[in-house]
Amino acid sequence: MSATISTQGSLPAPLRTGAIWLVGLLALLLLPVVFPKTSVISTVCLMAIAIVFSLSYNMLLGQTGLLSFGHAVYFGLGGFFAAQVLTKVAGENLPVPLLLIPLVGGATGLFFGAILGAISTKRGGTVFAMITLGVAELVAAMAALMTGFFGGEQGVSVDRTKAMALFGLRFGSHAQVYYLILVWCLVCGLCMYYLTRTPFGRLCNAVRDNPMRVAFVGYSPQRIRFLAFTFSGGFAGIAGALSVINFEMAAGTMLDAHQSASVLLMTFIGGVGHFAGPILGAILVTWLQFSLSDLTPAWQLYLGLLFILVVMYLPGGIAQLLEMHLGVVRAGLVARLAVPYLKAVGPFVLISGSCCLAIELAYRLTVEKAKGTVLTIGPVSLNAASGWSWVVLAVLLAAGVAGWRYMRSDFLLAVDDVMNESRKRLMQ
Amino acid sequence: MSELIVFSTLNGLQYGLLLFLLASGLTLIFSMMGVLNFAHASLYMLGAYLGYQISSWLGFWIGLLVAPLLVGALGALIERFGLRHVHRHGHVAELLFTFGLAYLIEEVVVMVWGRIPVSYQVPEILDFPAFTLWATSYPAYRVFMLLVSMAIFLGLLLVLTRSRVGLIVQASLTQPKMVSMLGHNVPMVFMLVFGVGSALAGLAGAIAGPALVTQPNMAVNLVPLLFVVVVLGGLGSLTGALLASLLIGLVQTFAIAGDFSLADMARAIGLSMNVPQVLSELWNVTLAQLAPVLPYLLLVLMLIFRPTGLMGSRES
Repeated sequence: MSATISTQGSLPAPLRTGAIWLVGLLALLLLPVVFPKTSVISTVCLMAIAIVFSLSYNMLLGQTGLLSFGHAVYFGLGGFFAAQVLTKVAGENLPVPLLLIPLVGGATGLFFGAILGAISTKRGGTVFAMITLGVAELVAAMAALMTGFFGGEQGVSVDRTKAMALFGLRFGSHAQVYYLILVWCLVCGLCMYYLTRTPFGRLCNAVRDNPMRVAFVGYSPQRIRFLAFTFSGGFAGIAGALSVINFEMAAGTMLDAHQSASVLLMTFIGGVGHFAGPILGAILVTWLQFSLSDLTPAWQLYLGLLFILVVMYLPGGIAQLLEMHLGVVRAGLVARLAVPYLKAVGPFVLISGSCCLAIELAYRLTVEKAKGTVLTIGPVSLNAASGWSWVVLAVLLAAGVAGWRYMRSDFLLAVDDVMNESRKRLMQ
Repeated sequence: MSELIVFSTLNGLQYGLLLFLLASGLTLIFSMMGVLNFAHASLYMLGAYLGYQISSWLGFWIGLLVAPLLVGALGALIERFGLRHVHRHGHVAELLFTFGLAYLIEEVVVMVWGRIPVSYQVPEILDFPAFTLWATSYPAYRVFMLLVSMAIFLGLLLVLTRSRVGLIVQASLTQPKMVSMLGHNVPMVFMLVFGVGSALAGLAGAIAGPALVTQPNMAVNLVPLLFVVVVLGGLGSLTGALLASLLIGLVQTFAIAGDFSLADMARAIGLSMNVPQVLSELWNVTLAQLAPVLPYLLLVLMLIFRPTGLMGSRES
């Protein structure tokens, strides 16, 4: 334990974080060189877009305490306006480089954020959530009616290479687009980070925690909500424009409820209490969407389950979990977590494994009938049609639950103990 | 013309009352526990699917009776083992929990019954035209839906305002501590209220399933509409919810019959206007095409002019 603390002292803290950032940035810059022409780059592009989008969402949910179900509106509108401007720029050879197109999305997001925000931020809390849903429905339905601008079912396709070339860059290759998205992601991330450090950012937190006191001090909570809403719309619009540049297309799905839901899932699973939370969530959920959707048709079910588990047991999301454990690592107490964690592995594997198998088997009986009823994983094969597989799964699940109930209190006590101890040591 | 008005009114009333059946459960839960149940429409969908499944085994009437009970029991379980647990993290966490639940229920429904609509049929005994006016006939099943919805509304109103149970329920909302001092089990009351609200949703589903289409996205489309009803009516007001449901039902049904656009209207009163290119599409959209959007337009207008809703008194 003393060893960890002494290595901490070897570099001053700002330099150390600076070094970490530098290494991270270098890794991101070198990525297309290391993985040329692979799907890795396009996945990272999607992650970067998702990061901007979920950070903008967190400005509402995490910092101002506003739960919105309609954030896709600003993402989508930003995307569509960017697409239209890009088409016009390309058609008339206007001297506007592609690099600046996200600004169009940002301006659109700001504009509609201000208009629709003026309506929806009249009420806070649960009512606000309901209103955002209604407004989102309204905008999506209107977009479906205005087929000229929004392109109807097919959406609006663009050709990013037709925009003005900047320093000879035409953004034909995916690596160039990757750098464009990366730059915008970093710029937006930094802007949003520093926005949290301004007095305005602090006021947002105050409105979240105690609007009445904010009003008493002399600020209007409604105006702060409105401003946060507008800014957040602006950054969502930038994310939408980036998405259009990435896919060379703006589609109606950018505006719909699923998009709003997915940014909510990302932000909340990542953690709303922490600036890094939405970033982690965007990376994780985008990755899950790719890897899980290849593996199983039930991936949305798993995503939903993950979300519910986070809401119930980990309101601070993954960021909170990481922060807790980083504290333990820094205090040098990891070893003491090992025993309770190892003990918990058994029940955890039994419960989650049997639940997953049951879900997969059920899919084989219904949606995935074509694949047959036999599910083979390694040497084990289960037949969904036979009652015995279900009995086995039920027994495994019961064993897992029994095991967990048996050790639950000891486990929680031990973990709590370590957390408290590490907090105490770090305070010293 | 009068034919159109009569049938639009009937359809609007029936649709509005169905909305109310859903909104009543939602409002009940919301005004009692402050929980905005995002999964309410999913419970409605579950009611329709369970009604279909049970009726295919045991006949329509048993399905109609048992499906709401099952959904109600599920609701009670959700309250007991989910919501109560999340409650200490505040209302936003509760809303998020039910949001996740809605997501899960939809996936589970797809898992069990597949993505294509199931054929939930109107029972033979009600499968005849109730009456024929002019040339159009009105199906008996729709009359049945109308009657059931009205009966439920009257029953709910009576129970809540005229009975002892209603008294305890209402008191638990404002004075939970006092009520529990008097020897009532307040958490149990909450659980039962959530169960009853869910059962109402299940009943609405089991009734509406045969008339509308029973399919996995029937919940998603309804959630925003329900929220509009609740906000329009005024938070927590049962009468307000009724008014708003009827309003939306009538407005939407009448709009569907309206085959004219803003441009037509302007022409009719002798105006000819040059509308900018971008807006010309909206200018030429007919009222019928606008019908799905109207509730949300109403919502926006209401928020601008009267943020508390029709019958609402509470600010937030």
